[in-house]
Amino acid sequence: MSKKDFYPLLMIVIAIGVFPWVVGGNQYFISILVFMGINSIVTMGLSLLMGYAGQISLGHAGFFGIGAYSSGILTTKYSFHPILAFFAGIFLSAVIAFLVGKPTLRLKGHYMAVATLGFGEILFIFFNELSPLTGGPSGLSGIPTLTFFGHLLEGTTYLYLVWGFVIILLLFSLNLINSRVGRALRAVHGSEIAANAMGVDASWYKVQVFVLSAVYASMAGSLYAHFVTFISPSSFSLMFSILLLMMVVVGGAETIWGALLGAMILTLLPEYLRGLEDFEVLAYGAILMVVLLFMPQGVLQGVRSLFGGKKS
Amino acid sequence: MDGGILKGKGLHKFFGGLRAIDFLDFIVPEGKVKSVIGPNGAGKTTLFNMITGVIPPTGGILEFAGRSLNGLKPHVIACLGISRTFQHLELFGNMTVLENVMLGRHRQTASGILSAGLRLPRMRREEKEIRENALQELRFMGLEDRAMLSASALPLGEQKLLEIARALATQPKLLLLDEPAAGLNTRETVKLSETILRIRDRGITIMLVEHDMSLVMEISDEVLVLNYGKKIAEGSPREVQRNPEVIAAYLGEETGNA
Repeated sequence: MSKKDFYPLLMIVIAIGVFPWVVGGNQYFISILVFMGINSIVTMGLSLLMGYAGQISLGHAGFFGIGAYSSGILTTKYSFHPILAFFAGIFLSAVIAFLVGKPTLRLKGHYMAVATLGFGEILFIFFNELSPLTGGPSGLSGIPTLTFFGHLLEGTTYLYLVWGFVIILLLFSLNLINSRVGRALRAVHGSEIAANAMGVDASWYKVQVFVLSAVYASMAGSLYAHFVTFISPSSFSLMFSILLLMMVVVGGAETIWGALLGAMILTLLPEYLRGLEDFEVLAYGAILMVVLLFMPQGVLQGVRSLFGGKKS
Repeated sequence: MDGGILKGKGLHKFFGGLRAIDFLDFIVPEGKVKSVIGPNGAGKTTLFNMITGVIPPTGGILEFAGRSLNGLKPHVIACLGISRTFQHLELFGNMTVLENVMLGRHRQTASGILSAGLRLPRMRREEKEIRENALQELRFMGLEDRAMLSASALPLGEQKLLEIARALATQPKLLLLDEPAAGLNTRETVKLSETILRIRDRGITIMLVEHDMSLVMEISDEVLVLNYGKKIAEGSPREVQRNPEVIAAYLGEETGNA
């Protein structure tokens, strides 16, 4: 973490800390902030993958789903401890990401997008068809809420748990990008041939960051499952992968902060667009177009340059 | 000529019917500047790409410091101590000048995702070392006051120097320069030739592909002349300049009126 990241980080910690009091413990507002945190975890991983290493994925809803279903299935059907299930999800996601990433990361641009899209769809079919485990299209219910030394984590405490994860992963990501590994990732994005010529094993770094982003997504999925206690395949469809991608692009893929901001904006927005019902998707599309046209580097950079700030 | 740091024997690369490199034998003597010249399409860049593992040879042997390079991946070859610049700049435009050079230190350092993400003490020490070394190479190339600029913001001449700084940061034994003077003005070219000699004086062997003949003749210890993938001459700049085949290749075949 560099110095310029310290104050934004402190602000987030304070904002999250006082938020429940500001909204008077309103469960609706708190749950929105929980979802913002959960989505942020996925988009931070995606930002490392897309913004830094320059690799696209349309399959991350799948990894989110693996985390959610691992937690859901293992705790309800095999009475695993939630923490054990959480790590099982991470392990499974990492292994699958490695196996999928190895061949698909050879592909570039659109081809990589289509390959990961196909992967996401395959997982979506598994979630639907493995009814004995996943409950099929009608979903899996009765996922236990989490406890901490006998204290039930819900509402405000769950908010703190999720944002604790956000902060830790944010710190981890910021450290990572300001390091040898982060430079290697950006170098792969900048020029793969030059990265290789300087001794960076580009294909191995691409696989590593793909696995890392899958691990982030899996963590988020587990946190999601224990929060909503009921999961069904529709939450892990292609539409969610696209939404995640939009969050990263709208916020600004090339900074971790942008990914965070994008997740917050696009988690909040549907709450306001809900009144539009069927036209919700239309409004989404319009917003994405406006952002791409007027702030091609994302809202974060767009706002910064509006206020005359330097591009960083 | 024996005891060269890089040797090629019967090296060839065919693209279908095109013989880009046609059974080439060569030796690059250690600690010297060896230039490779020839008309466009002579196979110079193909030769560089084979040495650095970007394209595999169709056949033949490449040996670096007694080790075969055949079948090695580019990043492995880089780690053996061969670095390069590119004819068409391949800078990391999304990074600062300093970060570009810092990336060059990649092979001497070892931090992985976990130690970087957790910012372990070992990684912090390493990071400091990387930065200091990169700044040193920037000073060597005279780019220290550009350190914090975006690499893509530099003028062409400085971008070329930055590529050399980045390559030097890898601490190579052999440095391949692919047309470093292309696009430079006269003053910059003079400075470049001094820089190349200073690099050689650090004990780094240099292999140079260049079209600027006065630069080549001034700084090379040996010159290898290629035409259509074949060696047509090899020797000191003076010898090569007198070689009738070389003159023919550059000025066109004699038709009796020359």
